[in-house]
Amino acid sequence: MRSVSIAGIGQTKVKEHWDKSLRNLATEAVLDAMKDAHVDYADALYVGNMLSGELTGQENLGALIADEVGLRGIEALKVEAACGGGGGALRVGYLAVASGQFDAVIVVGAEKLTELSNCGTTAALAMAADSEYETIHGISFVALNALLMKRYMHEYDLVPEDFAMFSVNAHANAAHNPYAMFRSPITLDQYKNSRNVADPISVMDSAPIGDGAAAVVLMATDNLNGTRARAVKIAASASATDSLALHDRRDPLWLGAAELSSKKAYAQAGVTPNDIDLFEVHDAFSIMSVMSLEASGFAERGRGINFAREGELTPKGKLPVSTMGGLKARGHPVGATGVYQAVEAVTQLRGEAGKNQVPNARIAMTQSLGGVAANAVTHIFTN
Amino acid sequence: MDLARSWRLKDQRYRLEGTVCANCGAKFFPPRQVCTECKSQNLTPHEFDGHGEVYSFSTVYQAPLGHEGNLPYIVGMIKLDEGPMVEAQITDVNPSDLKIGQRVEMVTRKLREYGENGLIVYAYKFRPLPNAN
Repeated sequence: MRSVSIAGIGQTKVKEHWDKSLRNLATEAVLDAMKDAHVDYADALYVGNMLSGELTGQENLGALIADEVGLRGIEALKVEAACGGGGGALRVGYLAVASGQFDAVIVVGAEKLTELSNCGTTAALAMAADSEYETIHGISFVALNALLMKRYMHEYDLVPEDFAMFSVNAHANAAHNPYAMFRSPITLDQYKNSRNVADPISVMDSAPIGDGAAAVVLMATDNLNGTRARAVKIAASASATDSLALHDRRDPLWLGAAELSSKKAYAQAGVTPNDIDLFEVHDAFSIMSVMSLEASGFAERGRGINFAREGELTPKGKLPVSTMGGLKARGHPVGATGVYQAVEAVTQLRGEAGKNQVPNARIAMTQSLGGVAANAVTHIFTN
Repeated sequence: MDLARSWRLKDQRYRLEGTVCANCGAKFFPPRQVCTECKSQNLTPHEFDGHGEVYSFSTVYQAPLGHEGNLPYIVGMIKLDEGPMVEAQITDVNPSDLKIGQRVEMVTRKLREYGENGLIVYAYKFRPLPNAN
């Protein structure tokens, strides 16, 4: 396997893009990434997306987007792993270049979630879970996370406020990210007084749905020419699975796929959790942040919450997370999110994160989760 | 919608029918074709008695399409006495009276309807039993 680098990045703002379609958003992000990488061609394009068929009546995104960006004829496929599809597409792109099959590949995550009513989108998102044994019972995707948070609070004697700092940090960081959906900080009181979606998860524990697209251009590191200075290397790419349904897990409070994929990634990159300078965590819900930190080896079991309590997750803390706002405040266009995370990791490693810059950032990790971490894709980047 | 699927799942939904591994004795709900413990493919039907306790629960305030008429409702994870965990609604109780560890039993209730002339889906839910001690 040969070394792969990210030569260029592009992204649209995450928001309710009433005036733009899925193809508009994806095209915008891809063209930005190609411009940033100084390329006008790629051998293949992989699209991370979850719900284009359900919400916009459109599948076959590979062919659609390759044509729209001016690359008709190249290999192009959609990669789906529920809300982890962005990470999955990046992994497929990485494999295509690392294997020597292709020299330059575009990965774009694109999602349009605001075409239907709220109930319609909630029903569509629940497709990430087991339709015959979870969804049919009215168990929304939020409710699955609520079941875990409730049990976690029970086992470790916690209250919802203990989780607040994850959201407060995400919103504080999003305030300085021009691509973020919510650019205003929140207070502890706002967190405490926010509306319940599925008890104990409130609006302030939940990432908002939004439309958006993010893209990266991957190239064989040896082929980088003028863009070498700003390129970021992919030091590790790994993914793993767990049971789709929560009820099939021997230990529902442990994210087995996150553990497996992060361990494989650490081994590939030759690093330990202590070496990671920033972690773009899949904070779709604050309980997911806590459990991912534990499964990925950053905290002992039952201690993931301490990062929040001790203020260690801000850009100047011991392990900065959600440095550009995370899913919580940048917004969560589900199948696009994993690519946004990669774009943000590159931004940090280039030293271009502005007020959110993590000092001396050299090694960044991203983790994209599909379903309740039924699929986990972990990447480590270095410059 | 889902007519064939509802018919196919009737034994599971009405009688909590899962499978038991003829090789190692592991019990599964939902039914499986391959044993997760010993990889045997020799599994036979097993009807669960429907008793268990609440592992976790949540009151849902924002429902997926098709369930919005029932809001708010309680969903839970039930640890069956015979082993498997089941996700289902918990009924006949106020959320404020419910606790993790509550003993429950299976009942058959209506889950949802597909429009005025459509299918009505019935399935298991769980309701509280007096706690043993």
